[in-house]
Amino acid sequence: MSAVEATTPLIRKTALNAVHRKMGARMVEFNGWDMPVEYPSAGGIIAEHNAVRSGVGIFDVSHMGDIRLQGPEALAAVQHISMNDASRLAIGQAQYSAMLYPQGTFVDDVIVHRLGEDEYLLVINAGTREKDFHWVRDNTRQFDGKAENLSDDFTQIAIQGPKGVELLQKLTDADLSAVKFYWVTRGTVCGLKNILIARTGYTAEDGFEIYVPSDEATSTMVWNRLLEAGSAFGVLPCGLGARNTLRLEGKLPLYGHEISDTINVWEAGLDRFCKMEKPEFVGRAALEKAKAAGLKRTLAGLEMVERGIARDGYKVLDEGGRKIGYVTSGSFAPFLKKNIALAYLPPEFAGLGSTIRVEIRGQGVKAQVVPTPFYKRPKKT
Amino acid sequence: MPYPSDFKYTKEHEWIKSDGRTATIGITSYAQDSLGDIVFVDLPKPGSEIAAGKTFGSVESVKAVSDLYAPASGAVAEVNGELATAPEKINKDAHSAWMVKITLKDPGELNSLMSAADYEKFVAEEGGH
Repeated sequence: MSAVEATTPLIRKTALNAVHRKMGARMVEFNGWDMPVEYPSAGGIIAEHNAVRSGVGIFDVSHMGDIRLQGPEALAAVQHISMNDASRLAIGQAQYSAMLYPQGTFVDDVIVHRLGEDEYLLVINAGTREKDFHWVRDNTRQFDGKAENLSDDFTQIAIQGPKGVELLQKLTDADLSAVKFYWVTRGTVCGLKNILIARTGYTAEDGFEIYVPSDEATSTMVWNRLLEAGSAFGVLPCGLGARNTLRLEGKLPLYGHEISDTINVWEAGLDRFCKMEKPEFVGRAALEKAKAAGLKRTLAGLEMVERGIARDGYKVLDEGGRKIGYVTSGSFAPFLKKNIALAYLPPEFAGLGSTIRVEIRGQGVKAQVVPTPFYKRPKKT
Repeated sequence: MPYPSDFKYTKEHEWIKSDGRTATIGITSYAQDSLGDIVFVDLPKPGSEIAAGKTFGSVESVKAVSDLYAPASGAVAEVNGELATAPEKINKDAHSAWMVKITLKDPGELNSLMSAADYEKFVAEEGGH
């Protein structure tokens, strides 16, 4: 006799899957998830991207994972497994950080939220959910507390863009004007009590991410209420396509592209989120050595000078045609209306204004190193 | 979507319209719809030769790069330069936003391509699952 084992579906779906399909979204497989890449009937990637830059867009980001660390030594555990300094977090504050391997390369990047005196929520990437949880669990055993994978408990919806605050305020009793960027609060949202509301995002724009119960009825209700309440602001549903171009304009790293288990913190240029004054964290010793050894490559922003779009994985060449690096992400930038890319280059080629070439279908197409982020949101007036 | 009956179509979603000696080539409405927002077109230079079934250029949406396959062989007589600065014209009207005009090497090559009715059936099957 053989036991019937529960099978993990090969392709996972968020609670909003049926809603996306009903809205005519173009679906793609992303890191094992069946996700909307764009909503052609709403205008497609470019329209979605620009809605977030000028108004507001909403994204289903429920594929993101959530790990809660709780207990008397929760802070010590977070400090051990992440490179930013979580001891600086007040209750209700969040920070961008990363978890590192002992080699100083990336397990994943993460947003650390301090929810309570001894309670932290780590929001992690979809493609690294299981790996991250196992890594967190295995590396926090020595601390008094528990690590829980809450990834399936939440439907996470991002409300992004300058009008995001006005839109969400229509649906919650929480005073959003009191929530600063990278802070969190709790409030009633669409009649649901005690909902976690974080002023975070992945679009280089102001915005919020809300965490609602992951049952289909609740998730659908919240999604539809956001679309209804947002119609006055021209809200658009946005897919992973716009999410990618938005984050690229803002030079926000994507795991597997700008950061990975073979790229270290200095190369990725994430120094300001890495607090070497912390006495200890996994990866610290290797980073110290790497710093002393000097940079062999660095993440540079490119703008195409000649016609062509650099894409992930394309080679970067010097003027003599020798391979000097590679593109990690590249696209037409819908708001900037330029062809931009991020690439790893030796530091001597990464100076602002340096001219290099990107190999596109066998041709070396001219590009220039430009300041990043490519896009910075305007300061509030 | 009405596919002009005086065009012939490839399985790779190009159209070709011929007057016997010369022909105009573009991509179909179905192709532009599957690609999404088109942001870049790479086309051959006038005077270059293209060969039936071989790639002659590429078209890029925000997300993806797709090769263009020549429906027939010939010498490129004219290139639609407008598409270099306004590739979105293909999304707006794929059947009038032509890409290249060629002098046909062998007009008989077009006989193996699909008619509008066949192509419509073809995309209905391709898009239907």
